[in-house]
Amino acid sequence: MSRSTPHWTVQTDDTMHWIAFIGVVACALAAVGFVSPGLAGILGFWIVAWVINLWVARYLGAFAGWLVPIIFGITILLLWEMVVAVYAVPPVILPAPSAIGATIVRAAPILWQDFAQTILKGAMPGFLIGAGAAFLTAIAIDRSPFLQRGLLPIGSFVAALPIVGLAPILVMWFGFDWQSKAAVVVVMVFFPILINIVAGLQASERMQRDLMATWGASYLQTLVKLRLPAAMPFLFNGLKIASTLALIGAIVAEFFGSPIYGMGFRISTEVGRLGLDMVWATIAVAALAGSVLYGLIALIERWVTFWHPSQRH
Amino acid sequence: MDEVNAAAPVIEAKGLNLVFQTADGPVQALKDVNLTVGAGEFVSFIGPSGCGKTTFLRAVAALEHPTSGSLTVNGMTPDEARRRRAYGYVFQAAGLYPWRTIAGNIRLPLEIMGFSKAEIASRVDRVLDLVELGGFGRKFPWQLSGGMQQRASIARALAFDADILLMDEPFGALDEIVRDRLNEEVLKLWARTGKTIGFVTHSIPEAVYLSTRIVVMSPRPGRITDVIDSALPKERPLDIRDSREFIEIAHRVREGLRAGHHDD
Repeated sequence: MSRSTPHWTVQTDDTMHWIAFIGVVACALAAVGFVSPGLAGILGFWIVAWVINLWVARYLGAFAGWLVPIIFGITILLLWEMVVAVYAVPPVILPAPSAIGATIVRAAPILWQDFAQTILKGAMPGFLIGAGAAFLTAIAIDRSPFLQRGLLPIGSFVAALPIVGLAPILVMWFGFDWQSKAAVVVVMVFFPILINIVAGLQASERMQRDLMATWGASYLQTLVKLRLPAAMPFLFNGLKIASTLALIGAIVAEFFGSPIYGMGFRISTEVGRLGLDMVWATIAVAALAGSVLYGLIALIERWVTFWHPSQRH
Repeated sequence: MDEVNAAAPVIEAKGLNLVFQTADGPVQALKDVNLTVGAGEFVSFIGPSGCGKTTFLRAVAALEHPTSGSLTVNGMTPDEARRRRAYGYVFQAAGLYPWRTIAGNIRLPLEIMGFSKAEIASRVDRVLDLVELGGFGRKFPWQLSGGMQQRASIARALAFDADILLMDEPFGALDEIVRDRLNEEVLKLWARTGKTIGFVTHSIPEAVYLSTRIVVMSPRPGRITDVIDSALPKERPLDIRDSREFIEIAHRVREGLRAGHHDD
């Protein structure tokens, strides 16, 4: 009931409606507060934050683009904090954001060491090697129909292997340190990038290729000046998918053997001793790293494929 | 050099056949096509879809390969002529690369052909002026109208100064008003450059207005049913289309097209 009221009210821009709306909401909250003051507080805060965001989206057009998600994020964190405090949720089930924040600050050196081990040494080199290998393989496949029939099925076969089966084998082969994690990441990111580039290389229009032929362009010239630029939107799709796979691969691979640091190692050992705040802190770091990596790729994509209809503004 | 070109045919087809192998069996796209085009001629190919007019132009450009008969371009095989960059080709759609500016698109064939930087710059400026797009070089294709994009694609085909210009329904997707203006511009361009032009169209007025010779074709199998020499003067204002001569030629083209249809 109160869900539809503010929507309609805010759209009409009518002071009377506003007053009526605030009155209704206040009465409703008072009624809830009579039974449960905590719930009334949480609901009240939620509605206030919601109205603020509606107002920002309506009247601060220029800032709304980045202000709304920030307010939304802060709202979620505060609601989480309030729920945990009001209902005294045990930290093992769900620690409060403030507790997670405190853990991040307290354990910053350990988290940094884990991050460096898993993301900087495991995920990133694996991602770059996997992407590079996929690129070269895509060119080879493009040149030779024989390889297209041979390599693509092998690629899809490797991609279908479950990581829980693959990771222990690669740990045996490449040792406990980051090299085996990079290897897992290479295997995980290779195929999605490969099929995207292969599809991208077919994406140029026939007429555009005919034009190249009328100018007497060589294979290499056609590749560099037409087919690779046309493939870029596909390549970036592949890279975005692979960026999340790379983090998952590097973290999960540590479950099957690692030195005594690394994000996957941290999660599995802290779960074992009920150090859930540390698990959540590591998850927060992983989420942040994933978002930054994805955002970075999206930024480069915008710069490289500015011409694509999905990027034009 | 020029005298030799004027004497020798630029495009010569003798007993040309072209069969496409399709899922439904072979399709005869061209049957026994004989045609000679001299230097500096403006030849239009007209006929209903499936008559082989585009196929013939693509065969001249070595984008399709004849099944039998002979076809020479500047006395060479079409493929040799293609590798020597004997012609510029304008397709039905502009086909500009969206990641390159208009000037960048015109620069593209020149880069591929290995022109020097200074030469490229001066040629780009010259052909942009030629198609009246001076000042638009820095725009991207998607920032221009369809007519401007097609003019840019003509500039691109002119940039490397091939003797032959092949145009495959270049204005088919444009509205009548834009088409009229571009037709005038093509004629001016032809007068200024003296190129040999092969022009595919399905518009009778367009064919009559532009051409020194009109090749009427008909489908199933694709073949030439009539070749009409136009007696219109080289100087052609748009209102020449109301003249008696123009209407007579248009009439003959229409008769030729109708005759082709009765053969079915």
